[in-house]
Amino acid sequence: MTAMPTGVPAEIPLRPGRAWTMVERNLMIYRHTWPVLLAEIFEPMLYLLAFGVGVGLLVGRVPGLDASISYPQFVAPALLATAAMNGAMNETTFNMYGKLTTDKTYESILTTPMSVRSVALGEVLWALVRGAIVATVFLVVVSIFGLADLPEALLVIPSALLIGFAFAAVGLLTVTFLRSWQDFQLIQLVMLPMFLFATTFFPLEVYPRPVQVFVEVLPLYHSIELVRAAFLGTGGGYPAVAVIYLVVLGIVALAVAVRRLEGTLRP
Amino acid sequence: MTDSSTVLIDARGLTKVYGKPGDKAGFTAVDGIDFQVRRGEAFGVLGANGAGKSSTMRMIACVSPATAGSLRILGYDSGADGAKIRARLGVVPQDDTIDTELTVRENLLIYGRYFGLSWKVLRERSTRLLEFTRLSEKAEDAVATLSGGMRRRLTIARALINEPEIVLLDEPTTGLDPQARHLLWERLFQLKQEGVTLLLTTHYMDEAEQLCDRLVVMDAGKIVAEGAPAELIARYTLREVLELRFAPGERQIMTDKCRGLAERMEELPDRLLLSTDNGEETLSAVHRQGVQPLTALVRRSSLEDVFLTLTGRSLLD
Repeated sequence: MTAMPTGVPAEIPLRPGRAWTMVERNLMIYRHTWPVLLAEIFEPMLYLLAFGVGVGLLVGRVPGLDASISYPQFVAPALLATAAMNGAMNETTFNMYGKLTTDKTYESILTTPMSVRSVALGEVLWALVRGAIVATVFLVVVSIFGLADLPEALLVIPSALLIGFAFAAVGLLTVTFLRSWQDFQLIQLVMLPMFLFATTFFPLEVYPRPVQVFVEVLPLYHSIELVRAAFLGTGGGYPAVAVIYLVVLGIVALAVAVRRLEGTLRP
Repeated sequence: MTDSSTVLIDARGLTKVYGKPGDKAGFTAVDGIDFQVRRGEAFGVLGANGAGKSSTMRMIACVSPATAGSLRILGYDSGADGAKIRARLGVVPQDDTIDTELTVRENLLIYGRYFGLSWKVLRERSTRLLEFTRLSEKAEDAVATLSGGMRRRLTIARALINEPEIVLLDEPTTGLDPQARHLLWERLFQLKQEGVTLLLTTHYMDEAEQLCDRLVVMDAGKIVAEGAPAELIARYTLREVLELRFAPGERQIMTDKCRGLAERMEELPDRLLLSTDNGEETLSAVHRQGVQPLTALVRRSSLEDVFLTLTGRSLLD
């Protein structure tokens, strides 16, 4: 043990903590628990098998879409967008709530030079890293099965990252409002209908106009449109709307969340 | 700066009010306290639960902003330069907040990363600190397998990863068995020998007497006494205490007979305490009055007597 020599004005050899160290912490943990990530990758594939292939046999072709697009091709990008959303939301709601309440992980991190903002950005960054892994593996697998053309469909990856960012930020904001573990039921109450309605399994055209308006407001709808456009190489000018929607949603949610966390973590 | 009287922590009128500013219902946890901690000192903050010790520690750790007053640490203002101060502090919180998802060594590594230290430095330092806290054999184990004493030592190792100049310890030995406490005291004493300034809260008076050069006693958010342990004992108590126990039926009569035999007398539900300069003489006087206690014990006055004199004996919760 050598301690700081008494009386010598200590220079500061220490840089302020940066957001990236939160990613390092998570990578360290995932060295022990990597099967969790595996489950996250397989979930959308199971959905694709069940709905894309199973229901696809009944459906034939999708109304309102090019006849050359099969049902599995229609569903796959939606499942990828949903996986990107769920991965990010789980990270900043479920996992983060545990660290905020039971484990008090952040309490000890915040006694170091790390700021609340670095911690929050770091957790969002980690959600992005996870999202990138899940999206890449999913894309590789579906292109092996001939559902996507690879060089063109690569735009799916940045799309998945943007979705991850927006929903990680929304999750971060949500977690600041949670009062107990029971509140996760309320999140489920929003997430599940959104998953079912946001053109995951049916195109927007099948709904009556009032329902269409409701669906068009959902963030998952824009996420799916974005990935689907990249996946199928369609979409024209529309993805710009989705990109703006998700960027604005993410930035606003993140800004408000950091403010609220500051109050919770530094009382 | 080389002067050992350099003040590292300077609190003036330090106040912490929980609740919204201006809110009348706000709770004042720390009520305008002044104190200074000098380099190399072991400084204790004593107080019952709810006296304001932990709130004071949290403000010094720069994790909770002061409501009013000034707090300068290592020459910086705690409000404006929190991150710079935290870079040079080690914090041992009241509850062990070690990362249960990581191994023992990983806990030290990642914690060092929060300070921006390089992996190379951290690998070397973590090995050294695990040795220092006698955790080398547990290095690659999951945190869940550690005993309470080991968890505490890991928390201390973690607090030393940035080689801090000041280490803050909030009730460091609460809940530990005697062996674990003594090992911890020994390590803390060694740190102090190496010139690290220690600031600790405790409600164990023996711990304060063992470790602290100087201490303050807090009660209801205010400092009610300040000084070296021996000084406080001399100032607030007489040299010795005579403790008497009586048979249940005789207590009141015997107590009345003892009145006037000592300068200060205190009645507890189970015993009678007589403060005196000479316990044996007082005991003889007690016997001469015809008082027949079941047991009689003469002991040196301790910091616990000071503490109870200053903060009262009734339960505060």
